[in-house]
Order: sequence, then structure tokens, then C-alpha cells
Amino acid sequence: MSTFEQEMKKGNFVCSECQKCNKLVWPPNDFCNTCFGKVRWRPVSKLATVVEFSRKENTVFCVAEFEKTIRVMGSLESLSGQIKVGEKIKLVKCEFNGKERFIFQIAGS
Amino acid sequence: MKNVAISGFGITKFTRDDLPIESLMASAVKSLFVNTPNLVQKDVDAILTATSDSSKYLSSITAELTGITPKISHNVESLCNSGANCAISAFAYIASGLADVALVVGAERFDSPGLILEWDKSRGQFRHPIYWSSIFTKSHMRRYGTTKEDLAIVSAKNHKNALANPYAYFEKEFSINDIMRSKNLTEDIRLLDCSYPCSGSAAILLTSEDVTKRFTDCPIWITGIGQRTVSASFTKNHDFTAIQSTREAANDAYKMSSKESSEIDVAEVHDAFSICEIIEVEDLGFAIKGNGSKYVREMYDTQNRRINPRGGLLGSGHPLGATGIAQIIEIVQQLRGEAKKRQVEGADVGLVQNMSAAATSSTVLIMQS
Ligand SMILES: [Zn+2]
Repeated sequence: MSTFEQEMKKGNFVCSECQKCNKLVWPPNDFCNTCFGKVRWRPVSKLATVVEFSRKENTVFCVAEFEKTIRVMGSLESLSGQIKVGEKIKLVKCEFNGKERFIFQIAGS
Repeated sequence: MKNVAISGFGITKFTRDDLPIESLMASAVKSLFVNTPNLVQKDVDAILTATSDSSKYLSSITAELTGITPKISHNVESLCNSGANCAISAFAYIASGLADVALVVGAERFDSPGLILEWDKSRGQFRHPIYWSSIFTKSHMRRYGTTKEDLAIVSAKNHKNALANPYAYFEKEFSINDIMRSKNLTEDIRLLDCSYPCSGSAAILLTSEDVTKRFTDCPIWITGIGQRTVSASFTKNHDFTAIQSTREAANDAYKMSSKESSEIDVAEVHDAFSICEIIEVEDLGFAIKGNGSKYVREMYDTQNRRINPRGGLLGSGHPLGATGIAQIIEIVQQLRGEAKKRQVEGADVGLVQNMSAAATSSTVLIMQS
């Protein structure tokens, strides 16, 4: 299992960041895809922005953007009322069980 | 660089048959030999296979099943554009002089492991293709006012076109209403907005200008090629209202062939989902950005077949590795004037756009008689 998956399994959403050129490496890897330098692992901000969303039955799924760089698809839970593109959301849970899962709520709720 | 022609083809009917992938491949090759009377096995320098199937050394197996002992043989795998990419590899072997005659065969089974992407962490739990296509659909609706009826028109048109394609999986017309009322898979797409996984195989013969005359009197030349892969992760698509990989591949192909989008008479485009055709006609330069649905609606209203005359993926079914080759075969028939009820009158220049992995990778070919 990769460092990323091990951390996800513990509920930590982490990213690889280059020690040499400081770029965020996403999708995560153990070396930088710009300069091939070594990476350090660090937590990703909990705050994200909704880039786009849709719905399957009662599940709202969205593309969320962290730190203006990292984009993932996750589910948006505990919604009351409308959501908008650009809405600030927070990562409330992440896990790994063969595949990654990201669960969001509206920030401030 | 030598000129490269498509000098023959063979195809099987798309079905849900439970056949081994190598049998599918061998059937299309057999059909190609039957259609190309002067071709014998020892003429074939290269045999390249295209599939997302995880079976091993399929090019060698297919060669043996069809009595070929090639100099060059290997598989090309890039999910849904494996077919067109495989044709480009064969083109390169011939253009460089490493081969004069290359056989390209693509196939897939209905239950291919290539249908769902397992690597892409950025998709989280939403790995099925309906999720990425819903995101593109929603974004295009939001920015350009595209409607669910616009989506249904793409599917209605392509299913209708497929009625004249004897190799298509679907043999049934669907009304706009049927499509709008088909099962909602998400808020934005319905079952009949999606292409259908099936079993099928398609093969083409590529030849150098030096030997082409031996095999055909009506060669179709590949004059433009463009390929672009922007990422492997769906979420790296920067803008979900456009397909950057297609736009860039098309620009390269137009440049190589010295053609403009306005000179394309007929095209097969990768309508894996209804929204794809709407965005692609924009990014290939056939319609102004935002006018894709209007452009498709006009074709539907006037029964114009210039886009996806064989029925596209929506009407023909989508056996991944075979799709790009089947698209090429349709354009060959169109440019030879042999497309019968599907014929676009006076077609001289044709285009194929084949795409994979949530629109992150595209391949464009321009072909001329
Ligand atoms: Zn670096």
C-alpha cells in the first residue's frame, strides 16, 4: 500500500510536496513530476471549493478543489438548500477501502 | 516519409456474444482477407492489435489463428482510443519504411475490464463513467444552456443513423421521448444518453504508396494525425465545458493535412455519452463554442448524416478496442462512395475522433480519397 493509501486508511488526506521545488504533486507520488525531486508528505487543507456537482438519487457528488490545485470527486452530505459552484466546503471524512472516498459538508455548517 | 493508405477492411457485427477475444479478432481479420482478394498472409509485415482486454500476447495469437508470421507484432492499449492509436502506430511503421503492409485489428468483449478505470484516485468512489460524463453535462448546461432534450437529440439521431449500419448493435429507433423517459442514471444523464458495452471486432489494412495498387483501386489516404493526452486523472480536465485533448489533437491533424474544419465532409466522433458529441463538434471546429447542440439539432431536423453516419458509439455500441477502427472503416466507406443508405453525398475529406479516459486523451485522423 502506498503512503497515500495508508494515510487515507487512517482518515488523513495527505499530499506529496516536492522538497526541492515546493510544487504539490497530484496525483500523489513518491517523487516530483516536475523536477523528480524527493517529496515530503503533508496534510491537505480541509477547505475546498465546489468546481461542479451533480446528483445520483440522493447522493450529491462534486468535483472539489483544494489549495487551488488538487481536485477530487467526493460526496456532499447534510445539505439543506441549494448548493452553488464556487461554494466553500470542508472535508469531514476520508477513507480508503480499495478505493478512496471523500465526504464533504458545506463549510460553516 | 512514405504516404500511407487504407486498402482494405473487415468487421464483425457488434453483439453481446460471449466469445473469446482472440476469436473476435480472428473473425475480423478473416473478413478483411475475404474482402481483399489479392492479399495473402505472407504479404503482412506487421500485425497490431488494439484492446483493453488483459489477455496476453493477443497479436501473436491472432497472427497464428490467421496464418500470419509477422515481422512486427504487438498490442496497443490506451482504453477507448486504443483503436485509432493502434492505426497510428501502424501508420508510423509504414511511413518510416519498417513495413509496407500492416494489419490493424481492434476488439473487445462486452465485459471488458477496460470499462472502469481503477487507477484514477482523483475520482474517489465515483469511478463509473456516468460520473465524469454527468460533470461535463452539467457544466455545459450551466454555461451554454444545453438542455436534456438537446442530449436526447444526439442519441435519437445516432440510433436512427445506426438503422442503416448492418454491423450496429442496436437495430431499433428511439424517439426523443423514449430517450428522455429512459432511466435516470444521474440528475443529468439517462440510460439512452450512454453508449453500450458490447462485443465486436474491426480490422483495417494499411499499405505504403509503393504497394497499395496491388490491393485496391480506391485507396483512402491518411493525411492528418493528431494525438494529445493531457492527463490520466479525470479531474485534471481544466474546463468541463470543453475537451482540451480533442481540440489540440484536431489542431495538429488539420495542420498536418493542410485542411480546415470547414473542409471536412463527414466525421465519426466519439459519442460515448450524448454530451460528448455536442462538445466535440465545437472543439473540432464544426460549430461555434456553445452552439454544439444547435448544430446537432439542425442535422437531426434535416436528416443530415455528416456526423456519425454509422450511428456513432450510441447507435453502434462500444466495443472499446474495436471502436476507433470501426470509425475509420465508416469513413473509408464514405470516401469510397460505398456507404449505401448511409452515404454522405460527395464526401472527399473525412475525420475520425476517438477518445479515452474521461476525455483526457484524444486521437484525430484526417482521411482523403
Ligand atoms: Zn520538484
